[in-house]
Amino acid sequence: MIRDDSALAVPVSAHDHIQGNPHAVVTLVEYGDFQCPDCAMAYPLVKRLQHRYAGNLRLVFRHFPLSQAHPCAQLAAELAEAAAIQGQFWAMHDWLHEHQDEWAADGRTGLEAGVRALRLDEHALAATLRNPDLASHVRRDFMGGVRSGVNGTPNFYVNGYLYQGDFNALTHAIGRVIARQP
Amino acid sequence: MTILAAGTVAPAFSLHSTPDQSVALKEFRGHNVILAFYPADWSPVCSDQLALYNELLDEFARLNAQLLAISVDGVWSHAALARERQYQFPLLSDFEPKGEVARAYGIYDAEHGVAGRALFMLDGDGVIRWSHLLPMGLNPGAAGIVNALEALPANNIQKTLGAPATDAWEA
Repeated sequence: MIRDDSALAVPVSAHDHIQGNPHAVVTLVEYGDFQCPDCAMAYPLVKRLQHRYAGNLRLVFRHFPLSQAHPCAQLAAELAEAAAIQGQFWAMHDWLHEHQDEWAADGRTGLEAGVRALRLDEHALAATLRNPDLASHVRRDFMGGVRSGVNGTPNFYVNGYLYQGDFNALTHAIGRVIARQP
Repeated sequence: MTILAAGTVAPAFSLHSTPDQSVALKEFRGHNVILAFYPADWSPVCSDQLALYNELLDEFARLNAQLLAISVDGVWSHAALARERQYQFPLLSDFEPKGEVARAYGIYDAEHGVAGRALFMLDGDGVIRWSHLLPMGLNPGAAGIVNALEALPANNIQKTLGAPATDAWEA
């Protein structure tokens, strides 16, 4: 169901990580925590959505790390932002989701595997990770999510409203939005 | 049973937070208080309302607010949950008499024998300034609490919660 009481508080902009047709009729915003098992489970389902509605769907990813419950979530988010500077946000986003089992248990060491897998420039990365702007960026995403009514991870917003329910119903809800287009 | 509305004086209570400690509402006079009633411990962490609030304690503190979470679960369940989820706020046990405080606030679900999922924001004088009851199964997130706290004249907030205004925030 669409939650009318939970509207996206921060509009999608050029500051966001966006994948897919920039003019797509459906914008799907995901607030996610890289260490959250539910997000890892949703990851292949989101990929399927992107394939199914290619051209009609653009995906936006924003950080919502539950740091107290997931001690490595914040670092993973910052790593993704650091990778973004090297043009590798989505590659790192994908790697983090696909290898969650492996790195989540090992923390920092586990995340280093991702850096190597993506062949990121490690010196540049280390310097970037020391920049407090990274943490600020993640926190801004998080607080924007709080204001939008995000209540857990992953949370999905379809054209600006929170969707709650199972993935099948989400798929159909998106399909209906697309079908209604003139 | 109707949820207590804004303008009502919040009923006093003293509840166990641990097997040998109690927390009384009156201890927080002078501070805003967030009462988060919830049905039961042990909801999955990724959709856990309390896990979210646990991430916002600094923000609540900046708004001079203390969070107290209340369910009818016993203190041992609370202790185990708090330890596992690293909660840094009290979980209060409305256990005996069962649901007495939830009833006083008008949100006891007698059919299921649990507190409803309800939020109250109290000001420093112990008056309810905002309350909200959710349908079973819906997680309210924190937007309502944050908005209610910011709306308090005493907090004099200009919507700067979380970070100084930046290009992304103003996007």
